[in-house]
Amino acid sequence: MNPELGLFALILATCLAILQSVAPLFGSYSGRLPWMAAGKWLAAGQFVFVLLSFICLVVAFLTDDFTVSYVANNSNSLLPDIYKLTATWAGHEGSLLLWILTLAGWGMMVSVRCDKLPPELSARVLSVLGMVSVGFLLFILVTSNPFARILPFPPQDGADLNPLLQDVGMIFHPPVLYMGYVGFAVVFAFAIAALLGGQLDSAWARWVRPWTTAAWCFLTLGISLGSWWAYYELGWGGWWFWDPVENASLMPWLAGTALMHSLAVTEKRGLFKSWTLLLAIATFSLSLFGTFLVRSGVLTSVHAFASDPERGMFILAYLMVVVGASLALFAVRAPQMGSRITFSLLSRETLLLVNNILLAVSCATVLLGTMFPLLVDALDLGMISVGPPYFNALFVPQVLLLGLALGIGILLNWKSGSFSKLLHQVRWIALVSALGGVAFALFYAERFIVSEALAMAVVLWLVLTAGRDILDKTRNARQKMSFMASLQKLPASYLGMHLAHLGLALTIIGAAMTSGYSLQRDLRMSPGDTAWLGQYQFRFDGVTQMQGPNYVTNIGIITILDDQQQPIAVLQPEKRVYSVRGMPMTEAGIDPGLTRDLYVALGEPLGDDSWAVRLHVKPYVRLIWLGSIFMALGGLLAVCDKRYRIRLKKNKTNLKPGIALGGQV
Amino acid sequence: MNPVRRQRLLLILLLLAGVGLATTLALFALKENINHYFSPNQMTSGEAPIGQRIRGGGIVVPGSLERNPDDLTVTFKMETGGTEVEVVYTGILPDLFREGQGIVGTGKLDKNRRFIADELLAKHDENYMPPEVQDAIDKAHNAS
Repeated sequence: MNPELGLFALILATCLAILQSVAPLFGSYSGRLPWMAAGKWLAAGQFVFVLLSFICLVVAFLTDDFTVSYVANNSNSLLPDIYKLTATWAGHEGSLLLWILTLAGWGMMVSVRCDKLPPELSARVLSVLGMVSVGFLLFILVTSNPFARILPFPPQDGADLNPLLQDVGMIFHPPVLYMGYVGFAVVFAFAIAALLGGQLDSAWARWVRPWTTAAWCFLTLGISLGSWWAYYELGWGGWWFWDPVENASLMPWLAGTALMHSLAVTEKRGLFKSWTLLLAIATFSLSLFGTFLVRSGVLTSVHAFASDPERGMFILAYLMVVVGASLALFAVRAPQMGSRITFSLLSRETLLLVNNILLAVSCATVLLGTMFPLLVDALDLGMISVGPPYFNALFVPQVLLLGLALGIGILLNWKSGSFSKLLHQVRWIALVSALGGVAFALFYAERFIVSEALAMAVVLWLVLTAGRDILDKTRNARQKMSFMASLQKLPASYLGMHLAHLGLALTIIGAAMTSGYSLQRDLRMSPGDTAWLGQYQFRFDGVTQMQGPNYVTNIGIITILDDQQQPIAVLQPEKRVYSVRGMPMTEAGIDPGLTRDLYVALGEPLGDDSWAVRLHVKPYVRLIWLGSIFMALGGLLAVCDKRYRIRLKKNKTNLKPGIALGGQV
Repeated sequence: MNPVRRQRLLLILLLLAGVGLATTLALFALKENINHYFSPNQMTSGEAPIGQRIRGGGIVVPGSLERNPDDLTVTFKMETGGTEVEVVYTGILPDLFREGQGIVGTGKLDKNRRFIADELLAKHDENYMPPEVQDAIDKAHNAS
């Protein structure tokens, strides 16, 4: 009964979504307030029914209902309960349901907070979100019903969850990533609504900014969770593989980052309006495109589990409708959005333009590298692959250029900056950064690596220019109070900006150190064997066999000693064989540290108790993810800025207690 | 020319130069880093270049795997459509590497037309067949 309830709820949600995409829009053109207000309730109703449907699927998993084909394919009665829960979004159908749940959730959030917007705008935003929902709900109902039953002969037990996915990463990575992906639907809806209304002012930009930044925070965290998960789960010690699916999430992130910065210009200066709209459309289109790449089966990857051409065609058609319609609307309406405001060549606007160009170009670079093999294959010109060197050779210099531009942009004023002032501000910083970068690469290792010197110079440049700017901004306040107190006087969004940029610096350090100075050895080890790697000695103490809940595991014991023979850590890398699928899995043993990770993975047994073993020393690899946490926190701080809540305070009659609390932040 | 126009022109020129440079670099980097795929048949027949970085794939021939007792070097044969090619690889084999399983590797052909792989991939699902291998199998099947 339960699966039918889920399906029924999903159908009801679809009906509500159809109404939501039509009624408020109609109301906004005919000036009927009740029709416009209906959007709110429809969005809420849609969320409730999608949630109900999702819960039904979760219940089907928790109760081992193997009559449901999706459950039978992705679960097993031996699977621990937490993974039964996460198996809900482990396959194609369920992950789409999670997608639509997230979308309905964002729609619900918009409907709760849209009271302060002009009714036409909020009605149109909700309508557009409804249309996006309709497409995805139909996609689920027509091609990917998660509640389809296997009757009359259901299997005795399920085929089990892919062992790679039986991990804590599975709990957080997909939902957080989807929050980011789908969150850009909100700014997309705002952009379409602005195009429909033909009006875009700085108030619009102010409404959109927190939504964009929030989605961006989630996407940042989601990508970095995925990177961290791949790092410890795949057993290769890499943190980014330029896998097409990773690229699919990186592209909206790059476009979204550009959008955030372009929105800042639109809000503060009323410039870049059509560009902002285009970026909003592009960001969400790239999110959809990512979904298409992953779900259509054109790619082969860890994530690609659905190779059903019908599904691919549906998403492709949907993508074309969304992108085509929004670009057509853009072409018709954008020329009205022009602004007559000028700015000088040396101004923050110009540097943010440089930022946008670099981000757009890097996004295009990734797109080219990802799509080129598919294009060549589609044209029947042979099968090729584009290797990581392509991406590294192009992406890394772009990031470094971005860092350079960032330092200048931070210090420049809006509208018109002064060259002599800038020169005065940065001459020492530039010198220190350049010397610092070279000195670092000279003294850190025997080998001088040019790219490491450049990366460290850019990091110093980023940090020092930010520090300089903060000192300048607090100059007057510091005479009256302590530095910390004067920091608190600065707007939250300003501090958030610096925090996020500091995060970028940390991520660059992590990426540069890891790719430049990592040590790795693959070798054959018998019990008692030792091997040196840098200043660490690894001793292999043999392997014991154990029984897990749904797997048999060989646990290796590797003791790591420093050069005085003092033990640092005992690592227990595992080689598991999952019983149901008979699938082997590597679980790496990691001793994490801020300055280095010691990482060991077991290969295969080679007879006589000896094993193939992989040893890594990864300097500062944690900074990659720490940096992304800083970025997300910076974004969060910016979202909480009081500036975005001014309208709430004026409007005290409507103030709800929860929101009033939010206004205090 | 008035200053606003001159500025705009400068900006546009800057933009064009940047985009041009980026495109050139991108295409150059792309050209350098494309790895073409060759089937075992193409590797033995001489169609595949020697000494260039290529990709190749096939089914691991059961019983062909041999380990070097001193280090992690393995040799095995992979085949599609009955043509076999010898593969040499040093390192840890992927989790799902098994005889009879489809694999894809990146590496170079040596003079004896052995495929010296420096990277081997067997994907993350036991039913997975690399599309290149599937394609080669289909072609060999249709030809016979």
